[in-house]
Amino acid sequence: MYKKGIKMSSKLMDSDLVRRAIIRIAHEILEKNKGTDQLCIIGIRTRGVVLAERIAKAIHEIEGKPVPVGILDINLYRDDLTLVDYHPVVRETLITFDVNDQKLVLVDDVLFTGRTIRAALDAIMDFGRPSSIQLAVLVDRGHRELPIRADYVGKNFPTAIKQNVKVVLNESDHQEDAVYLEENN
Amino acid sequence: MVEWNKRHLLDVEELTKEEIQQVLDTAKSFKEVSSRDVKKVPALRGKTVVMLFFEPSTRTRTSFELAAKRLSADTINIAVSSSSMSKGETILDTARNVEAMNVDAIVVRHGSSGVPQILANNLKSSIINAGDGCRSHPTQALLDMFTIKEKLGKLEGIKVGIVGDIMHSRVARSNVVGLTKMGVEVTVCGPSTLIPFGIEKLGAKVCYSVEEVIKRSDVLMLLRIQKERQKENYFPSIREYAMEFGVNAERLKKGKKELLIMHPGPMNRGIEISSDVADGPQSLILEQVTNGVAVRMAVLYLALGAKE
Repeated sequence: MYKKGIKMSSKLMDSDLVRRAIIRIAHEILEKNKGTDQLCIIGIRTRGVVLAERIAKAIHEIEGKPVPVGILDINLYRDDLTLVDYHPVVRETLITFDVNDQKLVLVDDVLFTGRTIRAALDAIMDFGRPSSIQLAVLVDRGHRELPIRADYVGKNFPTAIKQNVKVVLNESDHQEDAVYLEENN
Repeated sequence: MVEWNKRHLLDVEELTKEEIQQVLDTAKSFKEVSSRDVKKVPALRGKTVVMLFFEPSTRTRTSFELAAKRLSADTINIAVSSSSMSKGETILDTARNVEAMNVDAIVVRHGSSGVPQILANNLKSSIINAGDGCRSHPTQALLDMFTIKEKLGKLEGIKVGIVGDIMHSRVARSNVVGLTKMGVEVTVCGPSTLIPFGIEKLGAKVCYSVEEVIKRSDVLMLLRIQKERQKENYFPSIREYAMEFGVNAERLKKGKKELLIMHPGPMNRGIEISSDVADGPQSLILEQVTNGVAVRMAVLYLALGAKE
């Protein structure tokens, strides 16, 4: 069925599962933080931003109050910049609100080694001193290389290190929401 | 966007339209860094950037140094007057000795055209041209493009007039090449003795009336008369130049109300530009300086991460 060179892939989540996970995470965030006071959401480019906006929209619908959303590009903070043989494309970081004494929820699509989150934490600290930072991810696939964990998880998937988890979101990929597990041969 | 594959930045000529676009896009993200409370990101941590300036400079050198520092690189300044060049060492030997201390990039300015190219041919470091003779000043052209694009939203179809000592201006040459590449219509203007022969071949139009250029332009770039490079008399007197080509508020009335004024500095107030224009609402001169840091951050970031 699969031609040589094409990756085998299986669907881990469909659009309904993604939607429910986001709504549940929104409820959990509100429950843990007792409402929207001092609450800010920051999405990590690219798909974390889409998820952050969806979570913020869900929170607005549930509580009737808007929460500010920021955009973070972590490329300048990567720990492998001197090791990779080219520099990744850098895009704008857009955090228009003051992060000092705020409760920040960092959002990303997949939690894997934890290195992206480490970079994001460093980046946020350069903007100020939030009172707390929590982490929300759509998929936690394991294989952490740093002592980092998520506070809110859409779904846990134990994976093999060679496999690849691919998140597809309507706003960023112009396809129906889904999460795929790809085999790298 | 594509992977960047140029370790050196010697000239605007060597950049494709897409590459210029990529520098401008990258610079946009870096501009935000300079507006933060903590104006520093760790992107070039552990890299060393040397400023090797054989000609005086305030803006460009400070701008490069800030750009490197805001990316967490270490920087060293070598001013020619205090270097061994004055003891008879050749440029290449000076540069080789600097490189032997394991530096990653050398930002060079020299009064002779082609010096950055010679360094690039003979050294392993990234060479960034910060102005060579009358030939090229790529980062100035890039920051001018960035400023115009930021202000007007696009480059394609914009009309830019460059007025002044075109002959001795590397800024003019780099801007003519770069802007034309991006679809800008460039007209150069000045005394006929200061318009270099064959400038049309680079894509620029020539006009000898400053009023005419003011009338038809969206952006007006004014250039200083580079006395230090002029080996003969090109026009009767500075006073006559100021009367014929100097831009003041009165002259600007002939142009569009939203005509933007740029100047790469240093300005000679009262000669090519009057104070009311330099400090007026149409002036982008200080924004150019602000954007210069962002553009140079982008250039250093891309060059030091280039894949060859």
